[in-house]
Amino acid sequence: MTGTLAAIGAGIAVIGAGYGIGRIGGQAMDAMARQPEAASKIQTAMIIAAALIEGVALFAVVVALMK
Amino acid sequence: MEIKKRFWQILIGVIGLSLFFIIPISLIETGGEKPHDEETNHSETDKKFDATALIFDHIGDAYSWHLFTKNGKHVAVPLPIIVYSNITGLNVFLSSKLEHGHHHNGFYIAQEGEYEGKIVESSGNVHNNHGITTEITEQESHSEAAVTRPLDFSITKNVFEMFLSAFILLWIFISVGRSYKKRGVTSAPKGLQGFIEPIILFVRDDIARPNIGEHKYQKFMPYLLTVFFFIWVNNLMGLIPFFPFGSNVTGNIAVTLVLATFTMLITNFSGNKNYWKHIFATPGVPWPMRIIMAPVELIGVISKPFALMIRLFANITAGHIIILSLVSMIFIFKSIYIAPVSIAMGLFMSMLELLVAALQAYVFTLLSALFIGLAVEEEHH
Repeated sequence: MTGTLAAIGAGIAVIGAGYGIGRIGGQAMDAMARQPEAASKIQTAMIIAAALIEGVALFAVVVALMK
Repeated sequence: MEIKKRFWQILIGVIGLSLFFIIPISLIETGGEKPHDEETNHSETDKKFDATALIFDHIGDAYSWHLFTKNGKHVAVPLPIIVYSNITGLNVFLSSKLEHGHHHNGFYIAQEGEYEGKIVESSGNVHNNHGITTEITEQESHSEAAVTRPLDFSITKNVFEMFLSAFILLWIFISVGRSYKKRGVTSAPKGLQGFIEPIILFVRDDIARPNIGEHKYQKFMPYLLTVFFFIWVNNLMGLIPFFPFGSNVTGNIAVTLVLATFTMLITNFSGNKNYWKHIFATPGVPWPMRIIMAPVELIGVISKPFALMIRLFANITAGHIIILSLVSMIFIFKSIYIAPVSIAMGLFMSMLELLVAALQAYVFTLLSALFIGLAVEEEHH
């Protein structure tokens, strides 16, 4: 039972991460479309933000793996 | 004259690197007898493929390096085990003496319980076998005296891999440093130097300088460069599947714990008065808030490096688990037609893992630089 609950918990964490990174990607695309000169800076910032969000989501995955 | 020096450099590098290949391979004993119950194996269907056990075996640490299994025999490279016990003192021996639950000098690898997979010592056994390897049945080992864990300094898979990555890093950077000495800093870089120099400049100009500030970044550059290349090289080495590269160093939480501890120590030891003032007496807020903010900021001192540790560990481990699961799918479905799909997805995930290897190194270094920058920042109004 705890195994299944752990898997569900990991799944919920992934939903959060997917939504967050998806929003970042979308807004980065908007910003790059508005101002193509700033594209590389925006891309760098996007990758950093994505890595940070993924870090938080992986907290939950690690806790799920413990079970 | 130059050719002679270059020849010696390359010779030393190749000999040093090959020690990591040749010495272990020469120690291989094809230990591992065929399974004891051959008859029953033929009569019943194969055991169910246990994917979880396989995956955790692959991403975990081990005392001997299992290469492959041929005709039921395990071919493994034994690694030295160095344990210090309170009873028998320092013991150094090859891990081939401990396979299949054999006991050696009172040490054995526990198969279950809280110390599963690790070397434990049963204190009741010592008077029986000094230096003699015996095979103890399960009943005997359960009825022994208390099982304790000796001080374990063994060269495990991860330790061996870290030695190898340290050697590779030293080789690369010493030769790049030498080519600067030879060529000077004003002429165009060639060869390996031309590959490493832009990366070093990237760490300096995009990570260190913006975050730590123009006047103070030089002191911290060695640490940031070391951390960046150490994490990147170890991530990449974990992705290469054959000996001696396959072991999962950055996916070992002890390794990432040490890296995060270094960041925490460097940050807090270079903190100036401004930094500590921000933590204990946050400027610009009314005093009731300050009493609440102080514990929160103190927790922040610990939790920020903790997040660094978990982020690196979880990213690398998750990547390895995904690739291993995709390959295990072939064995779970037991059909050859799954293989193209599984290998294609595995290839895609491996490409992603290459990106993640560099990205996690970058994020770790960036956040370390950010924390250091916060610690040494001057007051500005």
